[in-house]
Amino acid sequence: MKSFKRLVYPYLGWAGALIVLPMLIIVFYAFSMQGNDVIPVKLTLQNFVRFFSDPIFIEVLWRSVRLAVITTIICILLGYPAAYFIAKLSPDNQSVMVLLVTLPQLINMLVRTYAWRGLLLNLPFSPAVKVYIGMVYNFLPYMILQIYTSLSKMDPSLIPAAYDLGCDEKTAFLKVTLPLSIPGIISGITLVFLPAVSSFFIPKLLGGGSYVLIGNLIENYFVTTGDWNFGSAVSLLMAVVILISMYFTRKFDYDEEER
Amino acid sequence: MKKKLNVQSIYLILIMAFFYLPIVYVIFFSFNESRSLTNFTGFSLQWYEKMFKTRAMMESVYYSTLIAVIATIVSTIVGTIVAIGLSKSSRLIKQIVTQVNNLPMLNPDIVTAIGLMLLFSTFNIPTGFGTLLLAHIIFCIPYVILSVMPKLRQLDENLAEAALDLGCTPFQALYKVIIPQIKEGIVSGALVAFTMSFDDFVISYFTTGPGINNISTYVYATTKRINPSVNALSTLIVLVITIILIITNVVPMIKTRRIKNEKAA
Repeated sequence: MKSFKRLVYPYLGWAGALIVLPMLIIVFYAFSMQGNDVIPVKLTLQNFVRFFSDPIFIEVLWRSVRLAVITTIICILLGYPAAYFIAKLSPDNQSVMVLLVTLPQLINMLVRTYAWRGLLLNLPFSPAVKVYIGMVYNFLPYMILQIYTSLSKMDPSLIPAAYDLGCDEKTAFLKVTLPLSIPGIISGITLVFLPAVSSFFIPKLLGGGSYVLIGNLIENYFVTTGDWNFGSAVSLLMAVVILISMYFTRKFDYDEEER
Repeated sequence: MKKKLNVQSIYLILIMAFFYLPIVYVIFFSFNESRSLTNFTGFSLQWYEKMFKTRAMMESVYYSTLIAVIATIVSTIVGTIVAIGLSKSSRLIKQIVTQVNNLPMLNPDIVTAIGLMLLFSTFNIPTGFGTLLLAHIIFCIPYVILSVMPKLRQLDENLAEAALDLGCTPFQALYKVIIPQIKEGIVSGALVAFTMSFDDFVISYFTTGPGINNISTYVYATTKRINPSVNALSTLIVLVITIILIITNVVPMIKTRRIKNEKAA
């Protein structure tokens, strides 16, 4: 059976060429500029200098991070009770509810977002509020399902045990249920925060172009302007922001476990 | 106790209303007589007629389905083979592949997308159906590997050895012993791959070429102006997905209940 390990080798080549190489190309583009006929490409930090010297770009980055953070918080606040209540239903009702939460998710994301457009035309919200509604709508199911999964894995005899040991309902929740559902919340955060930071079609479809996020910036530089070097630099910065936030989320998770 | 149950039900009903309100709205307005998305002026099927007559729209449905089907088949086969190989590989190889696979899963789609776009342009590969399909296969394989791996970890290593001792060739051992044991993981991997591919917008948007649209890129391109045929298309997609979900979920549920009842009786 050892010979089966050879099955992996072609994939190493595939993944190197089609997953790793594209990332390296982005880094290369981010640190270079189109040169002249003699030197076609020159290495430079100019793209990053340009980003950080323009307050508009900083503002867009900040707005995207803020939107993603607030969307994630709203999803936890709305999703936690929903997951908690679903986990308390009878097994049959639980599977029906999980199905009902999953169904909108399976409908194409663009179609889902488009569906809000007509509805929101009737409502006198600002573009920012419309974008927030679209974001929460798209990402709430992920949060509910992640928290629900960790809650349903919980040993049901733990809560009666906590009562026997003198906990009231509130303490039992805070000391037993909530800590055990932290892994669900963390993976929920990953599934919501990540796509929320980089989202560009939700703001475009629902915010009517007046609400620009970092994703829209990247789209513009790649599709409209054609300045791939600057676009790559912006994507790299976004990836770094995400990496840092993920690091802190994970760290928080480990700290919780250590306690 | 009864009062508390009501708070829970009301909350869940409100969340479901939030989830289904826009979907119901789109379905309702797909039967609207006029172009308006805010005033219902009368019942009509004209947007469905227009949808079927709009070639680009029908093509987008065709491409979405075709790409999802091919990407699912290819990524499921390749992903399963790689996962089986990985289960026999050294820890180093396992770690390398896991880390590399994490890149497209943890990176925002837009980064994966522009990476591929830059790759295709660097090697002068013209974008179109081929690049779109390739991109979908690339991001689907890691998800298949991820869902097959846990099943392989649960697998008893002696089983395959026993099959070899009993005279199976390695291929027969794979086909007759290993695959049936990890079938569940393969099926769930295939389902994830299909959903990811069918749902994808961002990667498709940056890797497709002129004239080739899937449903997502088509809807994105046409929503700059109001196009009620998109409502009809959305309704159709909702209908198809609901039917598939009912067949794959409710039917097994009824079956198990019937078996339970028979056992009880």
